[in-house]
Amino acid sequence: MSLSSENLLLEVKDLSIQFGGLKAVDSLNFSVQKGQLKGLIGPNGAGKTTVFNMLTGVYQPSRGEICFRGQIINRLKPHERCRRGMARTFQNIRLFRELTVLDNVLLGSHQKLTYGIFDSLFFTKKFHTEQKQNLDKALHLLNLFDLANKSELRAAGLPYGQQRKLEIVRALAGEPRLLLLDEPAAGMNHSETDQLMTLIGRVRKEFDLTILLIEHDMKLVMGICEDILVLDHGVKLEEGDSQKVRTSAKVIEAYLGIENEH
Amino acid sequence: MQDLIQHLINGLGLGAIYALIALGYTMVYGVLQMINFAHSDVYMVGAFAAYYAARWFNLESMPGVVSFAILLLAAITGCALLGLLIERFAYRPLRNAPKLNILITAIGVSLLLEYSGQVIFGADPKVFPEVLNNTPLFEMAGVSFKLFDFLVIGVGLVAMAVLHFLIYHTKQGRAMRAVSVNPRVASILGVNVDRTIVFTFVLGSALAGVGSVLVGVKYPKIEPLMGMMIGLKAFVAAVLGGIGNIMGAVLGGLIMGLSEEMVVAYLSSTYRDAVAFGILILILIVRPSGLLGRNQTEKL
Repeated sequence: MSLSSENLLLEVKDLSIQFGGLKAVDSLNFSVQKGQLKGLIGPNGAGKTTVFNMLTGVYQPSRGEICFRGQIINRLKPHERCRRGMARTFQNIRLFRELTVLDNVLLGSHQKLTYGIFDSLFFTKKFHTEQKQNLDKALHLLNLFDLANKSELRAAGLPYGQQRKLEIVRALAGEPRLLLLDEPAAGMNHSETDQLMTLIGRVRKEFDLTILLIEHDMKLVMGICEDILVLDHGVKLEEGDSQKVRTSAKVIEAYLGIENEH
Repeated sequence: MQDLIQHLINGLGLGAIYALIALGYTMVYGVLQMINFAHSDVYMVGAFAAYYAARWFNLESMPGVVSFAILLLAAITGCALLGLLIERFAYRPLRNAPKLNILITAIGVSLLLEYSGQVIFGADPKVFPEVLNNTPLFEMAGVSFKLFDFLVIGVGLVAMAVLHFLIYHTKQGRAMRAVSVNPRVASILGVNVDRTIVFTFVLGSALAGVGSVLVGVKYPKIEPLMGMMIGLKAFVAAVLGGIGNIMGAVLGGLIMGLSEEMVVAYLSSTYRDAVAFGILILILIVRPSGLLGRNQTEKL
């Protein structure tokens, strides 16, 4: 993969955030190429989710720059970043539990609908066409993830694994350029995790996606990510392919060392 | 029997009016978790917007459905605009302030509207323009069904049907429902939270506008403090149904309207206002989350 700047989807420079005296993320630099599946790993409390929160606009970094698709997005609100093609899932599932499965997915594509309030009130043609297309698209996605027959259920009524899947479907509904997955396999057993990872690989091809994936389990990331960024105490420890990360002395000390203790 | 039917119709009409106003309270509570005390005064301004529109276009000289529609339009526009301004200039700057500050601001806005109303419109009551005759439509079982009864119930039903459609079948409504559950996640999914909140205020205020014209048609006396009592009762209706719950507001409004009418008819009109507050006390003791509200148990 070439490293030319036109292939650059996301570039983060000197990203830092402080909560009181704690430097949760400190001078972090990394970039994500178009089409890449990049892993962001690190022990608990390393600052992985904090990075996601800064990328999506939940937190305002105290220093640094986030450049997405050639534009600095630091000042953009979360919904504006979403409009530019960023979507995410959450470590602790954040579905709208009382809404139906279908409504959750339709919400994901909210920003794709362009009709206004007058279209809604007067049933314009635009309203009908967009509603229809949007519904078809949502059902197609649900189908892909074997959730179509649950579309009218409340999201809270789904079993845990399917809720995780639904979050991914919801994120995909917005047709993002960059998908941020925050521990998508958390709480899943081995076979469920394997299935999910295969699915993510398939979706990535089908939607021509770029993915940044947070994962706690290093072995899992090694298997599917071309490029891995290791974070510890808010600082970048290592970045590169799985071979490089696996053999890095710093990573072994900070991460695998701890892992081997249990 | 004839009496009972007549009272039922009156009660339903009154209930529809309470429901329309209660919806505004409940929707704003849904997205912002605040009681918009200025809502009852938005309703008052709606009545005056209709009153001045009628004078401006000289509507009383050409009574009919068209004139009635113009009144509705004037009230809806006036209320929607006022709702938008209140949100923009009074509540939005306080979006991240403690809840108590917003509550006090709401009371302030309410007082501002009431007393500015007295300065601008004058404190003495005015007669709401008469653009329709209360013609008896038909007679059944000795009860004569009059136009106004149907108008109030009919317009109320249509307004609520439109609201239901907007909330459950359009992207704007879906965004509203999402923001009411979790504004932060909604925003990450691409929902413009500020715009959704404005939309909620505008929608709620427009319904209050509809309510104000219906009240004006049925009880044609308007004055700047007219919103206080009806606003309180509509608020009780919203609490009765479960504040934040759309169907609850409608149910609460209808119960309030019917019970008030029945108490006045069969007990004494002295108890007219006591009913509302009696219901409030009762619901707060027996089922504080309201009839359709979910009981929120605190997790430890």
